[in-house]
Amino acid sequence: MIRDPKDLQRYTPQERANHWVVGISFILLALSGLAFFHPAFFPLSMLFGGGTWARILHPYIGVFMAFFFVLMFLRFRMLNVMTKTDKEWLSRIGEMVDGDDHNMPEQGKYNGGQKAMFWASVVCMVLLLVSGVLIWRAQFAPPIGLVRFGAVVHAVAAVAMIALILIHAYAAIWVRGTIRAMWYGTVTRAWARQHHRAWYREVTGK
Amino acid sequence: MALQSLDIKQRSATTTSAPSVRQTLEVAKLIDVSTCIGCKACQAACMEWNDIRDEVGSNSGVYDNPADLTAKSWTVMRFAEVELSDVSGGRLEWLIRKDGCMHCADPGCLKACPAPGAIVQYANGIVDFHEENCIGCGYCITGCPFNIPRISKEDNKAYKCSLCSDRVAVGQAPACAKACPTGAIQFGSKSDMKDYAEKRIGDLKERGYAKAGLYDPAGVGGTHVMYVLHHADRPELYNGLPTNPGISPLVSLWKGFAKPLASLAIGAVALGSLFHYVMKGPNEVSKESEREAEKEESQ
Repeated sequence: MIRDPKDLQRYTPQERANHWVVGISFILLALSGLAFFHPAFFPLSMLFGGGTWARILHPYIGVFMAFFFVLMFLRFRMLNVMTKTDKEWLSRIGEMVDGDDHNMPEQGKYNGGQKAMFWASVVCMVLLLVSGVLIWRAQFAPPIGLVRFGAVVHAVAAVAMIALILIHAYAAIWVRGTIRAMWYGTVTRAWARQHHRAWYREVTGK
Repeated sequence: MALQSLDIKQRSATTTSAPSVRQTLEVAKLIDVSTCIGCKACQAACMEWNDIRDEVGSNSGVYDNPADLTAKSWTVMRFAEVELSDVSGGRLEWLIRKDGCMHCADPGCLKACPAPGAIVQYANGIVDFHEENCIGCGYCITGCPFNIPRISKEDNKAYKCSLCSDRVAVGQAPACAKACPTGAIQFGSKSDMKDYAEKRIGDLKERGYAKAGLYDPAGVGGTHVMYVLHHADRPELYNGLPTNPGISPLVSLWKGFAKPLASLAIGAVALGSLFHYVMKGPNEVSKESEREAEKEESQ
């Protein structure tokens, strides 16, 4: 379905599907994981059929997410290489957050903030996968010191990941006209011109 | 309320206080290693009373049988042959220790457990697993300084010595203490057991064990299973009994003050985002951008 022939294609159907698989897995993991994180969140385990089911399912969903996260990493890694402009953008992120993007440097497909978020989530994912294997008692039994270390790393990386994704989701809500890229894959020309001018020039030749 | 003897003092994954108007007598089991003959009557009594039968294993060349604690063997005699010149003048000593849950005053298993009410500590000091609430994550193993809990392969629940909480609840001694033929396992109030231990230690010192003493490690707040050791300065000789056990700092970090703070931080990010939207407004495509983009399209 073409909404407007002048719209710019930002994501292919494969990219969108990949993102949704990772996103849904992440939500399931955050909800089931928080249940074990602090007693205040334990009732969340009821969403999965109780504590035992949450405990059984969480690691399998984790492995599933890690697999699709790797695919997404391979798709987007080259687009997320940090450049000098990105660093400049990041150094002036305060202006952006304040709601004034007029003086921000021109950005390609992704801005410095998006790239930082990409790499931070890659680091978190690696830490979560490795530490998650260490504490997967039903499958593995490493030395107790490693298990204890893994438990701490898993909790820290999970908190960081949840905070990152909250920011990621909010940024998409805050910048109007963004969410549709996740649904339909397209954005308006005006959107691209305002938020990712260099990418706009690249795809339109203007 | 339940039986006074089963009043709960602490409950896993529970942040509010347990009923605490009553004070119950603190109990303890005292294992006098110096009078233990290694007969394993305690092991037999344990499986009999608790009605659990472990699979028959194979002989691994030592007296330890079964070779380790399991979900169905809640106590195990561990045999160590020690021949150290500085301990006993090079004389062979056969140190036999009945291993099992120590019932810590500050239980690492309970601290680590994420399932509400799966681990409780009674006011009398017994730490008990309520398997019907156990989710099988194994965090109790991660938290335990003594490597005691075991997850069953059959039902994925954690098991360990209950100090026969059902017997103690009705004024009986644990099955192992009842069965011990030499009186090496004593049971009573914690203060009585300490008094009894003093006498035994005095006797051992008279007989040449200058370093005899009580094992009631302060690092876990004291335990409700205590040992009289002839070499209390070297607990590791008794099949690796930890010299200074305590909840690992990693476990304290993992389950301590950091978690409520981290939960607040996550909440702050979510609320911060909401208020950012409310106060700064959405980042919309400006009219100017729209005009410019349209102009550029038509060129």
